[in-house]
Amino acid sequence: MLQCILDTGGLQALITALWESGHQVLGPQVRDDAVVYARLREVAQLPAGIVDEQEGGRYRLHRTVIPEGVRPLFAHVVGPHSWKRFLHPPQEPLWRVEMDGQGLAIQPAEAKEARYAFFGVRACELAAMAIQDRVLKGGEHVDSAYLRRRQGLFTVAVNCTRAADTCFCVSMESGPAVKGDFDLQLTELTAGGEHRFLLEAGSEAGEKLLERLPGRAAEQAALDEKAALLAATARQMKRAMPAGAAELLADSLDSSHWESVAARCLHCGNCTSVCPTCFCTRTEERSALDGRSSERWRLQDSCFNEGFSYIHGGALRRSAAARYRQWITHKLLHWREQFGSAGCTGCGRCITWCPVGIDITEEVHRLAEAKA
Amino acid sequence: MKPKLAVWKFSSCDGCQLSLLDCEEELLQLAGAVQIAHFLEASRATRPGPYDLSLVEGSISTAREQAQIRWIREQSRQLVTIGACATAGGIQALRNLLDFDEVQQQVYPQPDFIDSLATATPVSDHVKVDFELRGCPIDKGQLLELINAFLNARRPNIPAWSQCQECKAAGTVCVMVSRGEPCLGPVTQAGCGNRCPAVGRGCYGCFGPAERPNAAALSRRLQELGMDPASLQRYYRLFNANAPAFREESARHE
Repeated sequence: MLQCILDTGGLQALITALWESGHQVLGPQVRDDAVVYARLREVAQLPAGIVDEQEGGRYRLHRTVIPEGVRPLFAHVVGPHSWKRFLHPPQEPLWRVEMDGQGLAIQPAEAKEARYAFFGVRACELAAMAIQDRVLKGGEHVDSAYLRRRQGLFTVAVNCTRAADTCFCVSMESGPAVKGDFDLQLTELTAGGEHRFLLEAGSEAGEKLLERLPGRAAEQAALDEKAALLAATARQMKRAMPAGAAELLADSLDSSHWESVAARCLHCGNCTSVCPTCFCTRTEERSALDGRSSERWRLQDSCFNEGFSYIHGGALRRSAAARYRQWITHKLLHWREQFGSAGCTGCGRCITWCPVGIDITEEVHRLAEAKA
Repeated sequence: MKPKLAVWKFSSCDGCQLSLLDCEEELLQLAGAVQIAHFLEASRATRPGPYDLSLVEGSISTAREQAQIRWIREQSRQLVTIGACATAGGIQALRNLLDFDEVQQQVYPQPDFIDSLATATPVSDHVKVDFELRGCPIDKGQLLELINAFLNARRPNIPAWSQCQECKAAGTVCVMVSRGEPCLGPVTQAGCGNRCPAVGRGCYGCFGPAERPNAAALSRRLQELGMDPASLQRYYRLFNANAPAFREESARHE
């Protein structure tokens, strides 16, 4: 595999090269007390020296204690945004219909070219993108807009050198080491007070770009440091999804524990909104006042909404208990039958961004206790 | 024949019907699609009923209003309440929680001239309501959508889910999780356009309770964040103090 060592100047060269090759580069930066994904032009925009303290229903940014004078750019993990916002946006037009003399004329929505470069994709996020790929472009019915955005995408992944308290990717086998489908992967190294980045190519496009960057050859010490950092990150992980969660859920459909979750759950839909794999949508008709034309839009939906399970006569899942059970059993059990993997990658967003801190790993533990 | 639209005012501040005048560009289009038969804030020229669509602003707080809303219902094919006053009673419904005589004496030097009911109540307490537009004030986009849906004989695209989903769709960072700021968003209906959280403050609940809100669970969290019972009681008592879910949750902290 092609690899090299970059300094922060080299990192800037990478960002610049991505813009020059026609990509819109998006990466992590601090905005409104959180690390979010937005347009990235300069290394200086990255969250230097920032760590994110995360717990159920709690997220705070802090300055890091600077190890050996280095202000790390990737000491944070994942924030409220996920890449889903760009690949599978919260709303988009599908088609437009107009009445003409004869009948109806249907025009598909304009096929906008999207060439994104995601800078700083974590292992759990790559896994989530692979899951959405299976859902949205893997089957018989391909989402053409998603496919277009996915095909134009360049991915710079980052290995996590720190875990938040809400992370549990090890138990979901999705991290912390970057694997799967990416163009380049970065590992931030700080040993000896030297701030540098190990860059490794994961695709032909990645190799081509790497060759053009002002890097030097990667020494064995750098590879060893990467391995040690990833092992340390895995050890840091405080949460874990219990083994056999799928079987346990299949066996717990009538558990009394669902009512206990319902007493706490706000059914506000924050968990599904921040989840990088939740993909459900609904459509709405946006008609012109005169009724002679209309646009069909697709909007993000949530299984916590009453209308989500509405069929004629009423909603199937009226209680919060039924909705939470639907969500967690889909994530961890039925997703496997449907798409061949769990629908959870252990990123921990649903734990952090739940206003009351309901914890998917904890609820599985409690279901197991209720069973025993 | 263009459908006849009427706009009515009860106890309220006029802000919601002003949203219709605020439509500006769209107002001209609207005027082409409907006959504005009664809208005193826009024109003193009125036409007799019956009306195809009546938009009703304000709460019912006098005996005269009680009679008038029944008459309007009889004259209207569809009746839609616009705003927190008409839908939940509004800020003036705070008097429902107090002794009305005392309130009058606090406010007026000669309360003998006041001829009001002891309560301010939503229109739906008096007559059948076909749809409720939320907000204090309402959102003009939702108002246009409502009229559009009426003209095209379809359901309005006005979801009853939580404000949180509007925040997340807009990419707004949760103020409660990231700063510990109290927020009514998880139990409040979406639709305002994400106004308060987008500028870093918690939701006030202007749009009233979301579908099946779990306010008790939110209150527990607000207490963990440091809100004392007296503040918690007041927290649910603003423009939608009389909406059942907020009224009941507030009462639990008396």
